[in-house]
Amino acid sequence: MSKKITISPITRLEGHGKIDIMLDDDGNVTDSYFQVVELRGFEKFCQGRPVEELPRIMPKICGVCPGAHHMASSKACDAVYNIEIPKAAENLRRLFYNAHMSHSHLLHFFALAAPDFVPGFDAEPGKRNILGLIEVLGLDTGKQVMKIRGYAQKIQSIIAGHAIHPVSSIPGGLSKPITKDQRDEIKKMSLEMREFAGVSIQLFKDLILANDKYKDMILSDTYIHKTYYMGMVDDNGKIDFYDGDIRVVDPMGEEFVEFKPENYLDHIAERVEPWTYLKFPYLKNVGWKGRVDGKESGIYRVNSLARLNASTGMSTALAQEAYEEFYSFFNTTIVHNTLAFHWARLIENLYACEEIVRLSHDDDIINPDVRVIPTETPGEGIGVVEAPRGTLYHHYKTDANGIVTDVNLIVATAQNNAGMDMSVRRAAKNLIKNGASDDAILDQIEMAFRAYDPCLACATHAMPGKMPMEVSILQNGQKIRSMKRK
Amino acid sequence: MKNKIKIAINWAGACGGCDVAILDLEEKVFDITSIADIVYWPVAMDFKRKDLFDYDDKSIDITLFNGMIRTSEHKEDAQLLRKKSKVMIAFGSCACFGGIPGMANFTDKKGVFDCSYKDTASSFNPDNIFPEINVKKKSGTLTLPSFQNHVNTLDQVVDVDYFVPGCPPTYDIILKAVTIIAGYADNGDLPKKGTIIAGKNALCSECRRNNSMTSKVIEKIVRPHEKMIDPDICFLEQGIICMGPFTRSGCGSTCIDANMPCRGCFGPAENQYDQGTEAMSTFGSAVTTGQDDYIVRGEMLRPVNSIKDPLGTFYRFSLPNAIINKNMKDGK
Repeated sequence: MSKKITISPITRLEGHGKIDIMLDDDGNVTDSYFQVVELRGFEKFCQGRPVEELPRIMPKICGVCPGAHHMASSKACDAVYNIEIPKAAENLRRLFYNAHMSHSHLLHFFALAAPDFVPGFDAEPGKRNILGLIEVLGLDTGKQVMKIRGYAQKIQSIIAGHAIHPVSSIPGGLSKPITKDQRDEIKKMSLEMREFAGVSIQLFKDLILANDKYKDMILSDTYIHKTYYMGMVDDNGKIDFYDGDIRVVDPMGEEFVEFKPENYLDHIAERVEPWTYLKFPYLKNVGWKGRVDGKESGIYRVNSLARLNASTGMSTALAQEAYEEFYSFFNTTIVHNTLAFHWARLIENLYACEEIVRLSHDDDIINPDVRVIPTETPGEGIGVVEAPRGTLYHHYKTDANGIVTDVNLIVATAQNNAGMDMSVRRAAKNLIKNGASDDAILDQIEMAFRAYDPCLACATHAMPGKMPMEVSILQNGQKIRSMKRK
Repeated sequence: MKNKIKIAINWAGACGGCDVAILDLEEKVFDITSIADIVYWPVAMDFKRKDLFDYDDKSIDITLFNGMIRTSEHKEDAQLLRKKSKVMIAFGSCACFGGIPGMANFTDKKGVFDCSYKDTASSFNPDNIFPEINVKKKSGTLTLPSFQNHVNTLDQVVDVDYFVPGCPPTYDIILKAVTIIAGYADNGDLPKKGTIIAGKNALCSECRRNNSMTSKVIEKIVRPHEKMIDPDICFLEQGIICMGPFTRSGCGSTCIDANMPCRGCFGPAENQYDQGTEAMSTFGSAVTTGQDDYIVRGEMLRPVNSIKDPLGTFYRFSLPNAIINKNMKDGK
């Protein structure tokens, strides 16, 4: 009798989802599905709104990366009004945005991902969380993590009013500059943040890479997929979270295409499947070939590892060193190891913190000239940033009064939908043998998607949004077991 | 030492911001974990739904429930947690009033699906495929929760004891809730059922721009991106729509201090029945050409009509709770 394993809700991720795993008569995996189980409909209910309100509405897509939606939305609004914002406004937005990346990456690594390694996937589920992690690292380190991530939130709230659901970025710039006192406070925090970013990478090396069990996992075929990768780069091909061109590399690491964000529709299409609320974006010019990897399949991946792969490096000194160490560890120019997303995330955090130091130490950051008033008739605009979880596209059309008529969003996590689905299937096939599946195995399967830091809240913008996860095991169409975790 | 109380934190149709707001308590999070065991928190912990079924009824002391209700799963979770919990708290604006995703109530399931899966520019869907509740595959049937026609608030689905508004609830408001939880852990005391844990009066009562307000009429509505906003003067004085007069205080005026007007996330103030109708009724008379004595109706209407989006402005966070809803559900 064939079986299905359901893990529900999948946990330690932002949103609602479940995993179904199908077994044959011998209890080996024949198929699996990574399902997102909700939707909210932002693209629909933003129609009819004044476009300048969207930078305040769109962040509500996601409380973990509201800053990314705030930025992409503001940039789309700038484009709708065909307006160039003052340099001081751009710098302030960049300062805000790097703080945002830092908050999100630290949150994911320490609160959501690290517990799979410390105390570990084989620890009891009740300990596999940030509190269990702190029991091992000590309360002082725990408090340090909280404090530094708190700094990242603080910087965002100083600039944008509030870190969760920022408000200050509007078409033409920002609603207010920062004061000298605020700038001094940010400067001080930035140095501690940069130092802790280095400590975090060291922790990763000491606790995970130095442990053969985890090192083998990272290198294991169970967690490898050879796909295309996408990321935003500056004029020198280095990673840029706020602005630039979109670069895509193929599974061999060769450039496939580099395009202007406003031309995204020439390169990306989205497929609908009836068994999930989340669409599957793919490279139009390669085509949809099903849920498979390789050069013939249009599936691409985004987020930290993809950005590293798609770029030629980092524009800051310490992050560049960390970048080089990363590629020399894998001894290759393109890394397909899904668990390496975690390491890449910490390298990006170091880059973000170096940028925060640089921008906050520049005297121009308190320049009050942070706004221009739009004068052109509004029409159509596309705003793209690298969200913590990958490239984020906002595309708006308005009538002549600036009232929104059409919205299209391609969020980061959706672009990893196929990647996550494949990763879960490969992990399940390699780990579940003859029906044997214990809690530690199921957690290792969850690790396959958790590496992507999936944000199903974001993903479900079009959906009714939710994603803790459930794994079901099915055999001959019958559910033989749902995973119970005790 | 006394036994710790048990807390569950759940999200339904939500963005996760309410959960992150709890993490943003930073070290104060440990104040919660010192008096309470968190027995269910999908965003941060590995307990599964199956664990919830195993708890005895009323064995969870307090559930903090965030997010609106749109799918069958949201509803089932709300009912299950209500059954297992002594106290149910609607946490955040979505659970309290429907929140931002509640704006989708101007349309229905078909409107949302057509837009998301077909009409959006990058969707390539020539075969008109939409998500389905049951999909048969060779190896088994895949199921999805069903998608209701409209968004509901939490208290439209289950009995709610307390409300913590905010998008998300702010630091001070959450600490207030934690103090209440601590009091309960200590001696079992709870406030009166139905209490809204926030301020009472309208936001204007705590706004530092309040003293710049005069009683004159608004002659012209200006949108926030259309003028340089004076950071010290009341937004309404500057012709910019602000929901402060119709919104409960307690947020700490973070938007106002960022030089942006209130959009109403704390819901209606005490003694205000419906945020949107209060606002429409006030602006209906306050936004005029400013002529003395007698104004012909056509003259009066002109500036009011320059408010382009009454629904998205006055009901941004509270449409599922609004009195106009009933008509909308009846098909306009």
